[in-house]
Amino acid sequence: MVLESRVHARKLVEWAKDKPEVVVFSADLTSSTEVDLFRDTYPDRFYSFGMTEQNMMSFAGGMAREGFTPFVHTFAVFLYRRALDQIAMSIAYPNLPVRIFGFLPGITTPGGATHQAIDDIAVMRAIPNMTVIETGDATEVESVFDAIQPIHGPVYVRQLRGDIPRLFDPTEPLQVGKARILSIGSDIALFSSGICTEEALKVSAALQRVGVSMYHVHVNTLKPFHTQEVVEIASQVAYGVITFENHTIIGGLGSAVAEALAETGLGKRLIRIGLRDTFAHGGSKTYLMKYYGLDALTLVRSIEQLLGETLGIDEDDVQITVQQPIRSTSKAEDL
Amino acid sequence: MQAMSTTWSEYTQRVANGIRRRVLDFTIRNNGGYLSQACSAAEILATLYTRVMRIGESCAPRIPPPFPGVPSKTNPHYFSGAAYNGPYKPELDRFFISPVHCALALYALLVEVGRMDAQGLEMFNKDGSTVEMIGAEHSPGHELMAGSLGQALSQAAGIALARRLKGHTGRNWVFMSDGEFWIGQTWEAVETLVFYKLDTVGVYIDANGQSADGKIETVMEIGSIKDRLAAFGARVFEVDGHDVEALAAPAELPPDGRPLFVVARTNPCQGIPLLEERRPRLHYVRFKDEAEKQRYREFLMTMNGGIHGA
Repeated sequence: MVLESRVHARKLVEWAKDKPEVVVFSADLTSSTEVDLFRDTYPDRFYSFGMTEQNMMSFAGGMAREGFTPFVHTFAVFLYRRALDQIAMSIAYPNLPVRIFGFLPGITTPGGATHQAIDDIAVMRAIPNMTVIETGDATEVESVFDAIQPIHGPVYVRQLRGDIPRLFDPTEPLQVGKARILSIGSDIALFSSGICTEEALKVSAALQRVGVSMYHVHVNTLKPFHTQEVVEIASQVAYGVITFENHTIIGGLGSAVAEALAETGLGKRLIRIGLRDTFAHGGSKTYLMKYYGLDALTLVRSIEQLLGETLGIDEDDVQITVQQPIRSTSKAEDL
Repeated sequence: MQAMSTTWSEYTQRVANGIRRRVLDFTIRNNGGYLSQACSAAEILATLYTRVMRIGESCAPRIPPPFPGVPSKTNPHYFSGAAYNGPYKPELDRFFISPVHCALALYALLVEVGRMDAQGLEMFNKDGSTVEMIGAEHSPGHELMAGSLGQALSQAAGIALARRLKGHTGRNWVFMSDGEFWIGQTWEAVETLVFYKLDTVGVYIDANGQSADGKIETVMEIGSIKDRLAAFGARVFEVDGHDVEALAAPAELPPDGRPLFVVARTNPCQGIPLLEERRPRLHYVRFKDEAEKQRYREFLMTMNGGIHGA
């Protein structure tokens, strides 16, 4: 597994080089949201706001009205909880091209409940005009800039920072509204997002060994949602559907899939893996994933529940076996 | 339009009186309305539109068009109420109303200064109309979504910074209420205006001492807005908000790097003494009975000059 560091920091500087309309906003978390390199490279396009998130959001709306594209950075939890009204009225209602980057999704921070954005997708998805993206690896973190560039309206990006894996082939950039098919199968359909895709890949080899055929799809666009694609895939599997997200099971990927299945009348069983209507606390990512049931073994147990049998897979059997970044679509054999 | 052989201040005062007359007339016919806001804000709005702001002629239809749908990726039909404030030009000023509960006073002003037909006022709060009770960005004279109070100043600050980057020379005027100085975001915006030296922003505060619950000092005392703003590093003047010459004077000073704030001390019953009986609840006037309404009707008859241009 290849880990890469500061992908957002480096890519934003490179990408924004010939885009003078792009201005970057920070709420006293400049290094923590990886815009220090941008600040040092383009000091004239960097604006510091201190901890004034509400003011920063409305200010971004004002600049966007005049033709600039503000890239607003802070921890995800501080933007949608502290400044929701400002996001809705100063940015989303007028459908302004503000790019809102929220870092530290879900339990990816040891900072505890105050720092963990566990319901951001539910909240942002409910705002009219808002596009909602969640990145899952280095390829998506670096390609999200180009992907959202044509969108005339606000975009929320649930972004990763620090050392992040490169799961997907860099020649296959993130495309808004296009899910990544990581394997094709006929028993179970798994829809995973964000860091849960990496976690889900840990079970691939073990499942193959015991003969379970899984259709695995990585979802990066939570809104607009790939309803038709989800339904087509879900209709092809025998035992049921699982969603796997670093977020509360209420309002996020699990809910979006449930809505898609229910609205088309597709009677498939659905298990939603995520935070089970609970806040979390501070700790390491590995510890928190295990404690809150966001880990590979929880996924295995959910698959067993749908199949109605025990697979004999335990902790030693679940590990990343992917050495090279994955090429998407129908190349299931590559996995 | 400005008649010959009058001074600007006489004309501005006549516009202010016209705002009160129109809003009172509407309030009587509607059996309710935001009347005290018109009483306190009349001179401020009139001074801004007839003396302070450098804005062009309206480029909007004299009769406001119907609701075009909200802005979205798929709606090409929506428009901005800012067109009533003239064309978008680098050298021209912009106007942003923050307490859009005063929308009725602003609509009355637009009629008084010839930017909107009097028929527009009749569309107030009617279904399908853009002349909404609490103004939205499609409402005549409005440019921002400001009804959730305290957000307009930050938005205007962002616009001012963007305009500076683009080399615009026009100034950016914000009309605010004193109640908005309770709000944390307002002070965040003041910090930002001072930090980024956004001296093209000028704010007129209708300090009428009133909020929805009653007198501001009994709802949440905030002391001197002037002293607070000065402590934040802003350039502040406190004036009689019904004296049009005093209101206009601070805007004539050349900008000095600090955002300009004019605390306009106003009386929510100014020009309509009958309102004094309703203190301290003046936020929305709904007549108790036909007898009270009749007294207001009789007062309207005595107001100087009748309804302009109606």
